[in-house]
Amino acid sequence: MRASSVLKAAGPGRALPSKLVKASGVIVSLILTFVGLTAVTFTIGRVMPADPVLAIVGDRASQEVYDQVFLQLGLDKPIYVQYLKYLGQLLQGDLGTSIMTAQPVAEDILRFFPATMELATVATLLGVFVGIPMGVLAAVKQGRWPDHVVRVIGLIGYSAPIFWLGMVALLVFYARLDWVAGPGRLDVFYDGIVDPVSGILLLDAALAGEWDIFDNALDHLILPASILGTFALAYIARMTRSFMLDQLGQEYILTARVKGIPEWQVIWRHAFRNVLVQLITIIGLTYASLLEGSVLTETIFSWPGIGLYITKSLFNNDMNAVLGGTIVVGVCFVGINMLSDLLYKLVDPRVR
Amino acid sequence: MTTLTLRGWLLAEVPRSKGQARCQRVFISWLAFKRNPVAVIGLLIIASLVMVALLAPWLTSTEALELNLAKRLQPPGGEHWFGTDELGRDILDRIIWGSRITLYIVGLVSIIVVPIGLVIGVVAGYIGGWVDNFLMRLTDIFLAFPRLILAMALVAALGPGLENAVLAIALTTWSPFARIARAEALTIRNSDFILAARMQGVSTAGILTRHVAPLCMSSVIVRLTLDMAGIILTAAGLGFLGLGAQPPTPEWGAMISLGRQYLIDQWWVPTMPGIAILVVSLGFNLLGDGLRDVFDPKSGGNQ
Repeated sequence: MRASSVLKAAGPGRALPSKLVKASGVIVSLILTFVGLTAVTFTIGRVMPADPVLAIVGDRASQEVYDQVFLQLGLDKPIYVQYLKYLGQLLQGDLGTSIMTAQPVAEDILRFFPATMELATVATLLGVFVGIPMGVLAAVKQGRWPDHVVRVIGLIGYSAPIFWLGMVALLVFYARLDWVAGPGRLDVFYDGIVDPVSGILLLDAALAGEWDIFDNALDHLILPASILGTFALAYIARMTRSFMLDQLGQEYILTARVKGIPEWQVIWRHAFRNVLVQLITIIGLTYASLLEGSVLTETIFSWPGIGLYITKSLFNNDMNAVLGGTIVVGVCFVGINMLSDLLYKLVDPRVR
Repeated sequence: MTTLTLRGWLLAEVPRSKGQARCQRVFISWLAFKRNPVAVIGLLIIASLVMVALLAPWLTSTEALELNLAKRLQPPGGEHWFGTDELGRDILDRIIWGSRITLYIVGLVSIIVVPIGLVIGVVAGYIGGWVDNFLMRLTDIFLAFPRLILAMALVAALGPGLENAVLAIALTTWSPFARIARAEALTIRNSDFILAARMQGVSTAGILTRHVAPLCMSSVIVRLTLDMAGIILTAAGLGFLGLGAQPPTPEWGAMISLGRQYLIDQWWVPTMPGIAILVVSLGFNLLGDGLRDVFDPKSGGNQ
């Protein structure tokens, strides 16, 4: 801590950051990022080649109607006024109305979002509970075959196009082997039986005590979650390995070994504890990127989440829905990253 | 005096000219690179990709890309190694032509992204102050964006097509390069040789372009190689969603998308282009890992 403050003091004339400055810095950058994100979506909405007025009134409308809608949309005002109005609407949770579903975009998204969350959460959990042990194993057996196997799996998870992986998995595990259920969240005859309390099917089915439906939902979930989780697994395993190698090379590990502490304790109690702190950020990053990565997976598995919603809206030229979805995913993305950063600072005494 | 062999010249302890020193650096890096078998495999994959793309007209037959409904959906075999698609076109030939599109995308994104990242990063790092603050805030904003979704929204606005997909990818890819270039510039700007250049009266622009930017290049290139796989996967994803290259362009992602309906009965139609994507992005990842180990042994975590 002292070394770092000396370094900072030696830097180009800046005051020592106090906690308050730090916290306000986080908030300022959060706000700036939000402004940037909305500025981009606003620009995309405006540079869209199609006429926003025409999209509402249709090409048969008279000039008066056209002009009226033009004024209603505020298109005669300067751009910054339009942007501020847009920002005000966003802050009130107004994302506009979807052309495709004729409903407020915000409501649509609330309906579709839990499915994506369910998928991304299970995928991240798979990545964590499989990836971390794999990474630790690779680091402990560095240079031997378990290490090579983990590296190859990691590289393939990194390099394979996820939509292709999903298709091949559907072909093998659903069409040929029939081990899992096909696309969608449930079999048709189970549809609409359980009340969507949380929107997360596993939870809702369990709460209602409908274990058949729970089983069926799990059957549908396992394949897309595994496919989406491949990336998480690859990333987490790779980072765990590299963090572990770092720690295992430290002197306190040598000390622990010299003291005669059993190897498993050295690995899990000493080295891994320090790694876990670093992994928090990685897991946060993974979760955020999976929320986004679910777009392609959802398309393949007809998973009715926000990715599928955005894609479908895109093909119906439903810009409100596309941009609304972009903002929601973007905000989650930024928020989760920020949160994991804060959590890291909270847990690691060296950063505090 | 010393040995006259090329190797001796390349490994001489004291280089006698600027040119020799430069060649030595490249050669020593190459020696380190060569010891890493994984990286060499990556290099071989990328080299073959380039060769295939260059030699595409000679590797394929002219009628292979034309419609031939009599031959549609034939399984892989002697005549058509990867089978034929729903219009009777040879899948291998289409993949070979598609390699040109992949290289085109990757090349175009690099040409856009590297200069932007370099300029922003180097200027921010070297000049510092409010310029640095402003540019890095901008970079952070772009760094925080979800890449695929933003690219989708952009393409939706600009209209589907290869060039728009490239533009969208570039817009969401440049920020890490600015970060890297800035970090390098920060460490370089207080060096003695920069001071020497300044005392000789070299202008700021001259220092940035002639002294700072070249020294950032190796980190930028390593990062670029590692990013290539991501760029290829995003482009393929956009193509798959129908937002990238449009049929009948043999873009690999679009080929998978068209072949999707034949997955169950004619598995090879969507599977083969996917293997091509996998191999190429694997190649870039292997190469990038290797380059990183050579240029920056500390952060590799591999040895």
